[in-house]
Order: sequence, then C-alpha cells, then structure tokens
Amino acid sequence: MLQDKDRIFTNIYGVHDKSLKGAMSRGHWDGTKALVQKGRDWIINEMKASGLRGRGGAGFPTGLKWSFMPKEVGERPHYLVVNADESEPGTCKDRDIMRHDPHTLIEGCLLASFAMNAHVAYIYVRGEYIRERYALQAAIDECYDAGLLGKNNKCGWDMDVYVHHGAGAYICGEETALLESLEGKKGQPRLKPPFPANVGLYGCPTTVNNVESIAVAPTILRRGGGWFASFGKENNTGTKLFCVSGHVNQPATFEEEMSVPFKELIDRHCGGIRGGWDNLMCVIPGGSSVPLVPAEQIIDCPMDFDSLRALQSGLGTAAVIVMDKSTDIVKAIARLAYFYKHESCGQCTPCREGTGWMWRVMERMVAGNAQKREIDMLLDVTKQIEGHTICALGDAAAWPIQGLIRHYRPEIERRIDEFSHNAHQVQPVMVAAE
Amino acid sequence: MTKVKVDGNEIEVPDHYTILQACEEAGAEIPRFCYHERLSIAGNCRMCLVEVKGGPPKPTASCAMGVKDLRPGPEGQPPEIFTNTPMVKKAREGVMEFLLINHPLDCPICDQGGECDLQDQAMAYGVDSSRFQENKRAVEDKYIGPLVKTIMTRCIHCTRCVRFTTEVAGISELGLLGRGEDAEITTYLEKAMTSELQGNVIDLCPVGALTSKPYAFQARPWELSKTESIDVMDAVGSAIRVDTRGREVMRIMPRINEAVNEEWISDKTRFVWDGLRTQRLDRPFVRDASGKLKPATWPQAFAAVKSALDGKSGNQIASIAGDMAGVEEMYAMKELLASLDSTSVDCRQDGAALNPALGRSSYIFNPTIEGIEDADAVLIIGSNPRFEASVLNARIRKAYRASGMKIGVIGDMGDLRYDYEMLGAGPETLKELVDGTNKFAGVLKRAKKPMIIIGQGALARGDGAAVLANAAKLADATGVVKGAWNGFAVLHTAAARVGGLDLGFVPSGDGMDAVAAVKDADVLFLLGADELDLRSRKAGATTIYIGTHGDIGAHHADIILPAATYTEKSATYVNTEGRVQMTNRAGFAPGEAKEDWAILRALSDVLGQRLPFDSLAQLRAKLYETHPHFAAIDAIEAGDPAVIAQLAKKGGRLGKSAFASSVKDFYLTNPIARASAVMAECSSLAIKGYAEAAE
Repeated sequence: MLQDKDRIFTNIYGVHDKSLKGAMSRGHWDGTKALVQKGRDWIINEMKASGLRGRGGAGFPTGLKWSFMPKEVGERPHYLVVNADESEPGTCKDRDIMRHDPHTLIEGCLLASFAMNAHVAYIYVRGEYIRERYALQAAIDECYDAGLLGKNNKCGWDMDVYVHHGAGAYICGEETALLESLEGKKGQPRLKPPFPANVGLYGCPTTVNNVESIAVAPTILRRGGGWFASFGKENNTGTKLFCVSGHVNQPATFEEEMSVPFKELIDRHCGGIRGGWDNLMCVIPGGSSVPLVPAEQIIDCPMDFDSLRALQSGLGTAAVIVMDKSTDIVKAIARLAYFYKHESCGQCTPCREGTGWMWRVMERMVAGNAQKREIDMLLDVTKQIEGHTICALGDAAAWPIQGLIRHYRPEIERRIDEFSHNAHQVQPVMVAAE
Repeated sequence: MTKVKVDGNEIEVPDHYTILQACEEAGAEIPRFCYHERLSIAGNCRMCLVEVKGGPPKPTASCAMGVKDLRPGPEGQPPEIFTNTPMVKKAREGVMEFLLINHPLDCPICDQGGECDLQDQAMAYGVDSSRFQENKRAVEDKYIGPLVKTIMTRCIHCTRCVRFTTEVAGISELGLLGRGEDAEITTYLEKAMTSELQGNVIDLCPVGALTSKPYAFQARPWELSKTESIDVMDAVGSAIRVDTRGREVMRIMPRINEAVNEEWISDKTRFVWDGLRTQRLDRPFVRDASGKLKPATWPQAFAAVKSALDGKSGNQIASIAGDMAGVEEMYAMKELLASLDSTSVDCRQDGAALNPALGRSSYIFNPTIEGIEDADAVLIIGSNPRFEASVLNARIRKAYRASGMKIGVIGDMGDLRYDYEMLGAGPETLKELVDGTNKFAGVLKRAKKPMIIIGQGALARGDGAAVLANAAKLADATGVVKGAWNGFAVLHTAAARVGGLDLGFVPSGDGMDAVAAVKDADVLFLLGADELDLRSRKAGATTIYIGTHGDIGAHHADIILPAATYTEKSATYVNTEGRVQMTNRAGFAPGEAKEDWAILRALSDVLGQRLPFDSLAQLRAKLYETHPHFAAIDAIEAGDPAVIAQLAKKGGRLGKSAFASSVKDFYLTNPIARASAVMAECSSLAIKGYAEAAE
C-alpha cells in the first residue's frame, strides 16, 4: 500500500493549487539545477537503477531507451517527443497529469532533454484533449515567465517545450506515426529500422516517451533510483497510475505501488466489484489492446508487467477495465474490434483488410449467426495479422479477440447453438414504408 | 560487402542491399506488390515477408530491412534468411488472403488479366479457396484524366502510383485519402492528372486498378504480338515495345533501357498509337489541273515526279527531311538528289543553327542522359525539357533529388517539376554568364561536373549560331568541358535530327537550306516534313510529299507518295546523345503505302538514276561504308571535346528577344500526334489547365 509521502502525483485529482506556485509548494521544480549539474550519465544511471519501465504500454526500460541516443550532438539536433496522444480505450491517466499536475511533466521534459542532449521537446497532445492542452500550455507559459524554461533559464539547460495537438487519430499514439503527424504528414507508422533514436523527428535523433514516464522522472531523480526501485517486485518496480473503469463501485485513477494484487487494488481504491467479488466475470488489465483475463485467474494476480504476461495478457497502460457478469462479453469485444477497424491507418495489408473482416465476423458471433468452425477461422485470422504488420496496431487488434476465444469459446458456441435452434423463428425485420 | 545466408546458401552482397535484393541475388524469388526498384520503399503490402534466424519470432518485411541491420549469429556466423519455411509460406498465404478478400473477382473482364501481378502471385503463393463470407468492399471509380482509367475496387493500396507521381514525375497528383478499409487512391478533387509521365502508373499498378483508358477492352495481352522498337516522338529515343494484333498497333509499352529511359516513357510515346490509324495516306495522290488531289497509282505518281523534274537543273531541286525520318531514307534521298546534281538537302526544318561541319560535339548531348546523374550543376538555355524530352526531364529530377544539383534556367519555362533558379529571359543573361557577372557562372565554375543544356528554342532563331558560340564560350570558361567530362549538351526535339546531321543531310556548296528551299526550289521533296510554313512556296513550283499522314506537308503537296511510320519499318535513328538505335517493323503500312527507302529506290529507277541497292541490307551496307558509326547499334560515338573550344572562338551578335521552348504544345508536336484523338483531348485539357493556372 503506497503511503501518501511516497506519491509522485500529489495533485492528480486537482484539489490543490495546480499553478507553478502550488506545484513548487509540493516539491516540484526543487533543485532542478542541482540535478542538471550532476550530469547526464548520473541521470541515466539513476533512471536505469530505478527500473522504470515505459508507461505507454510496451514496458521498455526508460533509462535504457534514453541511453540509446547518440552521446554527442552531431550535425543534427536531438529531440524529445512526449507522447500525450492517450487514446487507448480505458486509459485516462495522462490527461489527469496534464490538467492537474502538469509541472511534473514539464520538469521531466527538461531533465529528460538534458539527459539526451536535446534542447527542444514536443508534447503531442491528443486532439480531443482540449482542456488538457490549455492547462498544459498555461503551465508552460508560467515556467517561461518564471525563467524555468527558455534560453539561459534558471535550470542551466536551454530548453523549449512546444505543445502540439493531434487531430484525434488513435494511430498517432504509435511513436513513428506520431512523428509523421508532428512533421505535418499523414499519421502512418514508419518502417523500423531505422529507429527514432537514429532517424526520428525531421530525420534527427529522437526519443519518444509516454507522459507518465517523463512525469515521474524528476521525483525519481530527486529521491533516487533506489527509492523508486523499492516499490513493487523486481523488474516491475515503482509506482504506477492505474485507471480502473467498468463495473466497480467507484471507478478511479490513482497512484499505487506496482505488483499489488488485483483484489487489494480494487477493494482499497474502488470500493470493490459491483455486486461483490462473485459477480466478477473478467478483466482487461491494460487497456483495450491486451487480452482479457477471467476472474478466477486475475483475483490474486499481482498487477505488474511480468505477472500479467504470465497470464497471456499484459499491464499495458494499467487501464483496468472490469466487467461483471452482466456484461455481454462477445459484444464488448466486438465493439473493440470495431474500434480497431475504425482506427486502422490503412497502410499495410493485414491490418487494413483484417480488422474489418474480424469485426464483421465478431458482429455475427454476437448474434450467434455463425458456424462453429468460424471460431477457429477467426482465431487463424488474428494470427495472420499478429506480427505481420508495420506497427503494433495489428497485434492490438488481434489480441482482444484471441483472449475472448481463449477464455470464452463455450459462450460463443452457446450463442451459435441458440441461434440455430431458433433459426425458424427469425423473422425478416419489418421496415416501414418510407 | 556483407555475408548472408539465404536458404542455406552463403552469398556476399553490397552493404546497402535489402534482404529482398540479397534473396534475389541468391536466386530465391520473393513475391512483392509495393516494392519497386525505382521508387522509395513503402513496405506496406507485406507480401515479401521472410524469416530471419535469431530475430523476433515473426516474419520480417524483406524489402524494408537492410542486410547490414541483420544481427550475426552468436559466433559471428553470417545472418541467416529463410524464404521457404512454413512460417514464410503461412505468412504469404495470409497476406494473399487479405489482399483477395476485398478484391473483386472480375479477372475475366479486367484489362490487367493475363499480366496481373496479383493473379500471378495468387497462383504461386495463395490458397485455392476463400474463407471470407462477408460482403466485399466496393469503391467508387475516380476520374483522373483521359489517359488512365480507374477501377478503384481493385486497388490493393500498394501506393506505387502515389510514390511515382511524387518522386519521379515531380507532382503530387495522387494520394491516399481516408484510412483503414476506407483508404482510397485519388486526385483529391477528381481533376485530370497533368504529368506528362502519368501513363507510367498503368505499368506500375500491380493490379487492374489503373489501366489504359484508350486501350480499355481492346485486346488481351496473349493475343498481341510484341515487337521491340524505338520511340521517335522526341529525340530521347526511348526503348518501347509495340504490341500489335494483325496489322493494328494496339498499344505501346516501355522497355527497360537504363541508359536512356530507365523504364519510363512519356504519354505521347505511350498513347500516340491511335494516331497511327487515322489520317493515313494509303495511296499515292497527284494534284490535277483543277487543283484537287486525285488518287493515283504508283506509276502515275512516279511519272508525275519525272515530268516535274524534267528539264530542271540540280540547283532548282531540294529536299527537306522531317522530324521522324530514318537515317536510311535520308541517305537514299541524299544519294538521289546527288545523282540529280543537287546539294540542297536539309534536315533542320526549324532552321536550328547546327552544322555537322563544326564537329559532332557541337550538336549532341555529350554528357549522355545517364551522365546527368553525375552532374552537380546544370544550366538550361532556351529549353523546356519537361515538354521537349519528358523522360530526360525525369532524369534531371532524379539527379536533383539525389544530390540537390543546382539548376539555372535562361528563358521563362514555368514549372519544370523541380526547383530551379530563373536566371533571365534571353541572350543578355547568357552574355552576363559569359562575362562572369552572373552569380550562376560561379556555380558552374565551382561544380565538379557542370552541364549546359541548349535547347532548340535557343538555336532555331536568327542569332542561333551566336547563342551556340556563346554557350560554348561559357562552357569553355567554366570548365564544362574538362578531362573526361564533356558537359556541353544540345537537347534535340526531333528524332531524325542527329541522324541527319551525322549523315550530312545539310546543304553543301551553294545548296539551299530549308528556308530557301521552301521559297525558291522548283521541285521540293518533303521527307515527312510537316513543321514548315509552306504557304510561301512560289507559284508553279512542285512539292512532292513522301510521308504518312494528311498533315501540313500533304495539304500543300502536288504529288503524295504514301510511306511508312516508325512502327511499320526498320529504320535507324540517332537520339540526342548520339546513340544509334534501330526500330523494328511491327506491322505493315496501310493500303499501298511503302517503306520510304523503297519509294526512293523505285523512283530513282523511273528517273533513270537507279540507286545502287535493291534491299535494305544493301542500302545499309552502302551507308556503313561511308558512315561506319551507324553500324554500331546502341553505341555512342563520342564527340571530340576540342570542338567546343573551337566553337567558342566563333562570335556573332546576340539578339534581344527572350528564349522560348521550341515545343508549343507537348501533345501535338508531330503529324502522328496531331492525328491522334487522345492527344487532341490531352492537348485541350492541358491548355485549359495552363489557362486556369495563369489566373
């Protein structure tokens, strides 16, 4: 159980003063210059020691990612890009950082940029996040006025932070599509290699990090990587913002230690499952793109990257979607399939063609209007998409359906049986004469 | 060099190779749709997936991954690639299934049928049945101009066409709109494309989404006979393949010739074929006493020529060769006139100030078309390569994209599809450059391989000789000719021109040139010359037109002898680089029309001056005796660079008027194009487009 003294996001609910003054009173922007003076190797080593894994979903170690940037600035400048295109269904942590605790992010931008020799950071904010953008921009303006950003600032590292807002495409949360979009092009993922650390924004070395990864960095550096690493299990250290939605009594975004068991997490922060623990059907533990996990498997599972991976799911963005037994699980997954069909960028074949196919089959399965052999066919189609695409959206589209078939095949079969038993009763829909 | 193992065979490939290229090198076939050697890599069709040992447990797109990005084995063994494993087979089947689920099953009515990449690869790498039970996607067809027909439901979104227009043609006219399943290729507002190279998207399209509009539903690829030939629409000499069914030319396609056209051809080259059928002269005509042209037999026509020549001395007889005349017929014509004591022959119907006596370097494109890619600065004088030589212009753009080559232009040429510096309008700018007062002279001087392109627009004018001499002077002063590099480039617009100059088809002694011949010759032979103002012919003089189409020349002719077009004869052409190339006969000329050399040979017999050859082979043997370089097909006999320095010494007064391109309407530059309905439609659209652009 995380104690209040160990919280990084002390104003995540926006109940305190969110201005620069308020943020400073809570300890942000404290000794930033001293941190900069300790040098970039120290920063990267502290980040590595903290064991922080990227909070955007893939869980790649952040310190390691920063160390991939070229050590010296060559002909091309370095850039930091912050991915605030938080569009994964269920995820709502970055918006709370941006609108209530923006200074954690801005200070993080400065320190991260210093660590990788960048003088410019772009924050790519999701198009729908309008209030968040205003709040963030206001906070940045405050920092410029206070001399914390800009040329010859008080922190000793020339720094410019720009907020750019997207146009509302999920795919622009993919790091290379985000860079394309930031450059003013159509948001379609790039081929890798080359990776952004070599050829990123405008062809320059670039690191793309999630908002939360950057926002936790200043506190980690102030309190030491060891402090952060003392939370959670090995390899899954630190604190994490969880956003729990769905059939819990009090849906919430909150900061908690990693590796807390699911039951404890829900009981402590969300007032338990609607209708009690027996009413829990399944959980999508990490945002819409990870496979669901049935109740009996997840109740005692520690909420971290590796434990959930062992359940063939993932922590993702820690957007926990809880579903009780009233849920039409097939329809829920069909709705996700529609989301991925709608958000596919259309660049590469398997995702462009496959997401539409999967959605249409899923829609028929909701009604049971399918053949049982089509379940295996659908599974095969998801396998044909997974790993064959340019970016991870193909995988993200395939996994929820794989999870459904893995755990709820009897439910799908039951519907198919029911549909065929009642086939004689199906009446053509009467349409009124127009 | 990097060592890799492909399916167990170890090979060494250059570092910049992609896995796909390495696999091809090793002899493993990799299917692909979006990948194209001459376009950027998109990596979006996912058909070229291969398995890489030691990598992530998923297949890799071979077109997008470089061999140098592969990790070697644990003990430094070369990285291993597999193209025949179950994983690769499954991946290919999967991608093929996805491509086909929304692809219509209309192969029987599709013009791409029989030469479709999707068809072929579905046969080789697909499965035999479909699991897709839903409705197929349908996409509305788009209007993108009179040349390219769209059936967008067939599109597989490989974006080759988008990349071609953006990268090679230099104008972003096509794009992918929408996303996911709803992504569509379009010109945004359904406007006609304006590129002169747009026809190439038809060849690039791996399916039947973009097909040839004029050729729609005309023929099936397997019923066409294919003849490799050379294009004569401009002086580039693009390699083409003429597809015929029976006697009719059904379509013209590009062939690959890295040195000339890579694999592109201009729209005029590709779509001119309907002009080969219309307005054709298919029998001899003789103008009767009432002034009307009446059909005649060959003997009657020849008799008319004989009587016209009766009592005329050599200095009253002249001949002008047109822009599409082959070397053979010019040779026969020159010999025939020589036997009539005339030296009044001219192949420069536009009056360009080029003279073979100055040396070959003075009139060919010395750096060669391939050499453009080596150049690092170019000065274009009085030429609009976009219209005069579209394919060559694409090469300039390629060099511009690859190396950021500096380009300066004298003359108002509008959009050339690359950024250039407009230096000035006319000869005074050239003078500034020669004097060194214009900054661009420094650019040329500093360049390692500078180039000067002189167009016919700068040469076919009163001060043409002075422009040529001053260009040579500039070349001399700025090191355009140095060491092995000769950057002095004359860009021709007529396919026949360099061959004619090589042959010496210009007046010698007191012979008349083209202008004088039109005005003063009592008997004038036009060898397909149609770009002349024949209204100034003197009264009572005889004009004999040997040609193919009822165009300006035929309208003014008194005797018409019908001849063969470039697809109907084997003839030698020399392109602007001085490259000797030969066309092949794809079909026979219509009606009673004959090949040009044979007409002249038969005529010489009637005139009692029998030419000393009875076959084309004999003609060529004679030709090669005096001009051996014509025998070296596809070779360039380099000009002597010293010629430029000598040329520089010639002075001349420069005029004042601005340079303009010699091509006023790209689509209507020759009698075949003017007979083509497709070209006429393109021309009117283009003129409308320029008017809109000017507003």
